[in-house]
Amino acid sequence: MEKIIVIGNGMVGYKFCEKLRSKATKEQFSIKVFGEEPHPAYDRVHLSEYFSNRSVEDLEMAPRSWYVENDVELITGELIVNIDRENKVIKSHTGLEESYDKLILATGSSAFVPPIKGSEMQGVFVYRTIEDLEAIIEYSKHSKKAAVLGGGLLGLEAAKAMLDLNQETHVIEFASRLMPRQLDQAGSDALKYKMEELDVNIHMNRNTASILGEDKMTGLEFTDGQLMAADMLVISCGIKPRDELAKQCGLEVGHRGGIVVNDHLETTDKDIFAIGECALHKEFIYGLVAPGYEMAEVVADRLIGGDEKTFESFDMSTKLKLIGVDVASFGDALCENTPHKPIVFEDSLEGIYKRINLSEDGKTLLGGILVGDAEAYGMLLQITLNGMALPPSPEDLILGSRGGESADMELPDTAQICSCENVTKGDICKAVVDNNLEHVADVKSCTKAGTGCGACSPMVADIFNAQLKSMGKTVKKVLCEHFDYSRQELFDLIKIKGIKSYDDLLDAHGSGDGCEVCKPAVASLMASIWNELILNQDTIQDTNDRFLANIQKGGSYSVVPRIPGGEITPDKLIVIGQVAKKYDLYTKITGGQRIDLFGASVNQLPDIWEELIEAGFESGHAYGKSLRTVKSCVGSSWCRFGLHDSVSFAIEIEERYRGLRSPHKLKSAVSGCRRECAEALSKDFGIIATELGWNLYVCGNGGANPQHALLLAGDIDSETCKKYIDRFLMFYIKTAEPLNRTSTWLNKLEGGIEYLKQVVVGDSLGIAADLEREMDFMVETYKCEWKEVVNNPELRKKFSHFVNTEIPDPTMQFEDFRGQKKPVDWDKELVESK
Amino acid sequence: MTDILEYKTVTESEVGAWIKVAAVADFPANGGVCADHKGLQVAVFNFSRRDEWYATQNLCPHKKQMILSRGMLGSSGEEPKVACPFHKQTFSLKNGNNLNGDHCALATYPVKVEEGYVYVGFKN
Repeated sequence: MEKIIVIGNGMVGYKFCEKLRSKATKEQFSIKVFGEEPHPAYDRVHLSEYFSNRSVEDLEMAPRSWYVENDVELITGELIVNIDRENKVIKSHTGLEESYDKLILATGSSAFVPPIKGSEMQGVFVYRTIEDLEAIIEYSKHSKKAAVLGGGLLGLEAAKAMLDLNQETHVIEFASRLMPRQLDQAGSDALKYKMEELDVNIHMNRNTASILGEDKMTGLEFTDGQLMAADMLVISCGIKPRDELAKQCGLEVGHRGGIVVNDHLETTDKDIFAIGECALHKEFIYGLVAPGYEMAEVVADRLIGGDEKTFESFDMSTKLKLIGVDVASFGDALCENTPHKPIVFEDSLEGIYKRINLSEDGKTLLGGILVGDAEAYGMLLQITLNGMALPPSPEDLILGSRGGESADMELPDTAQICSCENVTKGDICKAVVDNNLEHVADVKSCTKAGTGCGACSPMVADIFNAQLKSMGKTVKKVLCEHFDYSRQELFDLIKIKGIKSYDDLLDAHGSGDGCEVCKPAVASLMASIWNELILNQDTIQDTNDRFLANIQKGGSYSVVPRIPGGEITPDKLIVIGQVAKKYDLYTKITGGQRIDLFGASVNQLPDIWEELIEAGFESGHAYGKSLRTVKSCVGSSWCRFGLHDSVSFAIEIEERYRGLRSPHKLKSAVSGCRRECAEALSKDFGIIATELGWNLYVCGNGGANPQHALLLAGDIDSETCKKYIDRFLMFYIKTAEPLNRTSTWLNKLEGGIEYLKQVVVGDSLGIAADLEREMDFMVETYKCEWKEVVNNPELRKKFSHFVNTEIPDPTMQFEDFRGQKKPVDWDKELVESK
Repeated sequence: MTDILEYKTVTESEVGAWIKVAAVADFPANGGVCADHKGLQVAVFNFSRRDEWYATQNLCPHKKQMILSRGMLGSSGEEPKVACPFHKQTFSLKNGNNLNGDHCALATYPVKVEEGYVYVGFKN
């Protein structure tokens, strides 16, 4: 049996043990691994998560039991201080001696601390280990302002950590760019803008001369003489390979550090290998985990007798999410020395910057940069790595599809999806087929894809779904961790079993305590099936449903009475004006032809509504996922072009579907002629008058992703039109995913509008009568929610800010704006003034 | 307005005063209410499904609004949490940590129930 000793129990040291064990029997090798930290190997890539969830266990690569089960002897808290190459013996700081046949150095790196005067002072930290973090957390309790030295990847991670610790955070970068190795100037500018929006102060071109203070640091002095006060400093200027053991035993090291290795990761001693951040391969130190894993693979392979696998240079593409800001760079991101043609998209309003570098002939993708929106990263990386042919308009790759056609590209099976674990598309597809996988989570456990940095997870899910689909299996979309059912399955369960409360459903068919995803989804389902008063189950409702009003900036609410078809009498107009004046509300006529009253406090809502209901108004459902307005033009009663009375029909439609709960809000419009003044084609269902009757269009959308509605039925009479809308809406409500608008739903519906026509007009499923009956039930059982609340003292009590005093929230603040009030802006100063 | 910054987690051993907030019956099942204590707004939650009580600051740390008592309760695995009604960031009810990791944590306060009344522990 060959004796293997691994020095270093970091991510790469652990990965080596795992790989060797999976390749060889326990009889072939004994494995002993030494770690100097007290914990078993943990995920340093996600170290910052330690701030939000202070559990070492959650970060562990594997629990101690894994080492026991796999016959890997783990010795933690032991520092190896001597390697005797002649006798093949290592020695620890406690005097422990062990002999080896093969030695693996996975000693990693330590934080590089530049030679700045004062760096030994209290309050100066590096950002490297859990112990570093614990010391930082402790010190931050008495600190208000933290500086981070270094605007690279690690420095920005550290800045996020400082923000989490409630520090006024300043990042100091020597270069003129953030993440200078990954980003160009414009990319850095976009990132800087995003970071500053999040209250991280960025200082570029700053060379730190010394750290000020006596015992404790109090600030920094820059070479230009400027000073900055700070209570603490976190240094994250890069890494320094841990090569001291190698030096001690006479292995060759690079002149700037790092244990020299060949393509087999052998050091100058054939029985000693070096992997990970301590290794210097072709004058390069790899400071990412993926190349370290690849090195572990090469050495494990070599030990079992393989000698074909060698370590090649490694792609340094990277994607990270910093304080909610996506940043990615891939391939040759900067193309500093490569002739290329860039395509750049910049949106300085949103802080988005995207750049792709094409080869001079425009045929291949060399690399690129994404800041603010890195959704395309996975695909772009694949195109770069696999040299895939580009679409006819390569700008689509960063602009997204603009003509309805998406730039979907088929990946080759050899495409490497997870670079941390070296998993290809072929591996994933094979795992799905061979193991009959049904959940995307199983792909992770079978192939390890997505278990490293996690950047490939969206791509893994796409491949998984596509593979299932190609096998003729349906992809199950479960609601969340609490229900193993899709929305449609829950709809059937609730209806067939007659379940009327969320808790009953959870007890019978779910697990855990529910969450903000499944509660409102179930609330919507129950509303669509039973049409009972929303407030019967108020704590499972989204806030707008719970308070029957939209929560707005400042914590105030909006009041929107229904004005069907936009038609209103002068008397009613006066009432709205009087109410607005009495309660000091901001008034605005909306895009949906109603009048919004803004700025009511929660305890004013019942009183305001009492007055409005008294005057004949009812709830406008400007909250929740429900029918909003049916917009109309003035129609044939006034317009010289009008063919039919669009106003009357709009009112009839609006009153029929008022209060209807659905997967997403619904909008509609009726136009009296083809001039389309009501803009019915941009609505979930739109009606346009023709010489012969009405044309009914469905699944349009205004808003962020505009899509014109498609013709469902032409030249139909009013009764037929309502019948088709009944069927259409009920079919949508029963089958759409939560929060999918009709346009999204249609786009995913197999067979598209032609299929929908068959179901709604042709009744191909034989469900038309059921759908109509269900809609009739909704119409008959409709009650104005606000009327119910106003007349019920128990329900009125729910509308208070405090439970122990009658006053409204004293922190709500408004200011004057064009003669009306508006809430004061989000208070940034509050954070800064701390 | 500067008062709203002065939220500091209180542990059970630090409690100097138990403040009577309201009767248990004043709490919605699996929901919260907002209580005022000398100008400090605290969200108190009746997690009846788990038979547990929690209290946190009422201030949403993201947009600085007094709204957390109107948040929705839930769980992630075993962790009880509240989702802010503004942008659905979720926070652990046990230690106030932000479970989405984007903004700072909530201060938490001990809660006890005695003879049908709910009390929250403050330092003074």
